[in-house]
Parts: sequence; structure tokens; C-alpha cells
Amino acid sequence: MTTTVNESAPGGAARQAAGLPRLLPASPEDLRGHLARYGATPYRGRTGVLIGDIEASGLTGRGGAAFPVYRKMAIVARSRAGRKVIVANGSESEPASRKDELLLRIAPNLVLDGLQLAAEAVGATEAHLYLHYGPTGEILRALAERASRGLDGIGVTITQAPPRFLAGQETALVNRLGGGPALPTFQPPRVSERGLGGAPTLVQNVETLAHLALIARYGPRWFRAAGTDAEPGSMLTTVYRPDGKCRVVEAEIGAPLRTLLSSGAETAAWLVGGYHGTWLPMPQAVGLTLANDTLKRFEASVGAGVLVALPADRCGLTEAARVTGYLAAESAGQCGPCLNGLPRIAAGLAELAGSGHRRQTRADVERWAGLVTGRGACNHPDGTVRFVRSALTVFSSEISLHARGQCSATNRKPFLPLPDGMPTSEDDWT
Amino acid sequence: MADTLKVNPIDCTGHGVCAELLPELISLDEWGYPIVDPRPVPPVLDREARRAVAACPALALKLMRTEEPARSA
Repeated sequence: MTTTVNESAPGGAARQAAGLPRLLPASPEDLRGHLARYGATPYRGRTGVLIGDIEASGLTGRGGAAFPVYRKMAIVARSRAGRKVIVANGSESEPASRKDELLLRIAPNLVLDGLQLAAEAVGATEAHLYLHYGPTGEILRALAERASRGLDGIGVTITQAPPRFLAGQETALVNRLGGGPALPTFQPPRVSERGLGGAPTLVQNVETLAHLALIARYGPRWFRAAGTDAEPGSMLTTVYRPDGKCRVVEAEIGAPLRTLLSSGAETAAWLVGGYHGTWLPMPQAVGLTLANDTLKRFEASVGAGVLVALPADRCGLTEAARVTGYLAAESAGQCGPCLNGLPRIAAGLAELAGSGHRRQTRADVERWAGLVTGRGACNHPDGTVRFVRSALTVFSSEISLHARGQCSATNRKPFLPLPDGMPTSEDDWT
Repeated sequence: MADTLKVNPIDCTGHGVCAELLPELISLDEWGYPIVDPRPVPPVLDREARRAVAACPALALKLMRTEEPARSA
């Protein structure tokens, strides 16, 4: 198994000039260390005030969708509902991502500051923390220390997410917090308008809230000193290099990808944006940067920051087929096209990754990919298709090799991480 | 006042009645689920569109005045 390494401290000269690392101290920080470094939580005293700073900062959601944070905040803030909910989303249901887990372990107070500040800004009456794992000692201790000193405006309820790929999706999260299974629903209305129990609900990724806590202290100009004009700030990435180690790296948005990933002969291809992400060919992709603005030319996006350099001794087609099998099993099975299409796509890709395949298989996979796109209640079919289509393109010559019963891999050990147990029943959604 | 046909894919059970009543705008995929023309319903098909909406046994077909429905992030 891989080990997670925090590589965000101390960093080189360029990173220091950009004020990095911002989020990750070198070792876990308790409340005393947190207060010594950052001072008290800078409450604004009333609803709405902080939202202008968040808008000026250009902060976008770090859970994958990169949606402007102030817009969801403004919708909840202007609602006159008596009950409003805020949720810190740490479900991190992307199996290759480890950054939220690390952040919650070593800087829990920054996340909890952000949760309280955002709660004040939108007038939330109820706060939740939604976690992939059970609450760690660090989180429980941080909550207890804050409570004993009266630092928090409202109490925080912890809920554990089921270990499913879609469990962190906003509508699935709301269903789970409401006591039901973590299944997506069809929108509209958006959860920011009508979410948990019908209450306006602000859902933000835990890293997003940590950035928000820093913007509340240092201001939007400070935040914009890192990143690009269009995509300001830094982001946590989970990086897999050919050595097989998993590292969490806080990177400036716009950083050259080759400084995060390896690009030499030891690298077969890059995967950017995780399992709803995009395979990128080498060496064509070598000049790309960690920014949606440059990645969109390859129909890619940074997503939740999962970056992989696949070693040259592995077969990308085999890896892609294995992950696609997982994604198909993770369909919530609620929408006909996804329920029918994803298993067929996965089976087709597995056939292509086997030895010899029927002549029509590749065309079948491409047709099914077209059929499921845009036809789910959530983005699972679209994300899966993005991953599959890029694999068909980038590993095209590997498909030809496999058709002749060959494979370029010299190492058969699986590289991309998947959860140990596949879900087997509907009970696994709760 | 151009309305657009939308399917709630969770509610849709693939009866196929909609494609029978409105073949001009709705076809079925190879699993029997509707593929709906994303363009606004032309006025001449307005009555047929309303009939198809009313006939859906799963109440999954809707006419919507709004633009794109927000999809989950």
C-alpha cells in the first residue's frame, strides 16, 4: 500500500515567494499551535460581511467542480429561512485522493475556523462535518478544545460517509445527512436553495473552508499573490509518481505539471483530475500547467487535484480497464443509461485490455460512451466517459498490441489505488 | 414562450410511451430509455409534447421553461 507524505513544507524559493505552503504545517497543529500561528478566528460580527472578500479573492471549490464559492454563499445568505445548514465536506470519496484526510489530520483547526466563519457569513443555524473515515483523534480533540474555550459560534455534528465513489456528491451528501442512503438526486432545486430537510444548505469541501479561513485573516489580495488571475491561490494535490509513493503537495495554481510529476522515459502517461479525469499523452502534455484554463484544451481539468504519472513499465490500458470496472460498479444504478451503459463500457474496455478482441468492440465502447453522456442525474456517466475516452485515445497503440495478443507492460502489479472491498449490496450506501 | 422537454432520469423507467407519441423529438436508446431533442419544442408540436408529458407513467417527462437544469457538481 502507498504511504501519504506531506511534501508541502518547507518548499523551494519560488514556493516561498508565493507564500506556500499556506495550508499544511510540517506536523499536526493543536489549538495552541494554531492560535499562536494565526490568532483568534476573525469573526465579522454579522451575516454577509465576509462574502465580499470571498468574491474578491476568486476562491473556487476545491472538491473538484471549481465552482465560485461566493455564489453558493450568497444564495444561502440571502434566504430568509429560519433554518440554514452548512456542511464541511471531507468525504473524499475519490479513492486516489488523500489531501482532505491529511489536511484534517494536521490542520483541523483551520478547517473548523473556515466552517465557523462561513456559517456566520451565511447565517447558518446548523453545522455538519461529513467525513470519509470515522473522526480522527485530531478532529475530536480540536472540536473539544474549541468547545471548552467557547471559540465556536455553533456546534458541529459529525457524520461518516459510506465508502462509495458518489457519497461526496452534494445531493448524495444531503440525503445521507437526512438519514437516508448517500444517493444522488435530480436537480433542481440546488441544495443551496433547498437542501437538508428543505433548508438552504451550503456544502463546501474542507480544503475550500481552510482557504476561506485564511482569506478572512489576510484578505483577497494576499490570496491572489499565488495562482493565476483567472484561477487564484493554491490547491492541495495528491501526487503519484512512478516510485509508487503517494504524496500530498500544496501547489500554486498554474504551476508546471512537470514540476509535480515526472515526465522522463520512466513515465508512460499522466492522469489528471482522478477517476473522472483525463489521461494525457507524453510528451505532448509535458508543457501543461496545473490550471483548468490550460487543461481544457485537452478536455481535462484539475478536479480535486489527483495527479498520476503512470510508470513506463505498466500498461495504461489495463489500468484504465480496472478503474472503469470500479466506476461501473459505483453507479448508483438509478438512471437507465448509466445503469445499462457503464457495465457495458467497462466490459468492452476489459475485452480491449485482454488478449485479442472482437472487431466491433472499440466502436461499441465509443457508441455507449456517447449514449450515456449528459443523461445522468449526477455527473458520474460524464466523468466516467471522460476517463474512458481519453484512455482509448492515449492508449490507442496499446489496444493494437493487445489485439495481437501482446502487452507492453513488464510489471503487472496494479498501480492506481482502488478501495479494497467492492460494494456488494444496497446497504453499502449508508 | 419556448418550452424544452426534460427527463428526470431517476424517475424514468423506460416505458417508451413518450417516443411513441412524439417521435419527432424523442427516440429510444438501445436499452429503451428516451433520448430527447434538447432544442425548444417548436409551436406546431406543442400539443403533442403536452400529451407525451401527460402520458408518461413515471411522471418523468417535463416541459420546462428554464434553461439547463443544474446538474450535480
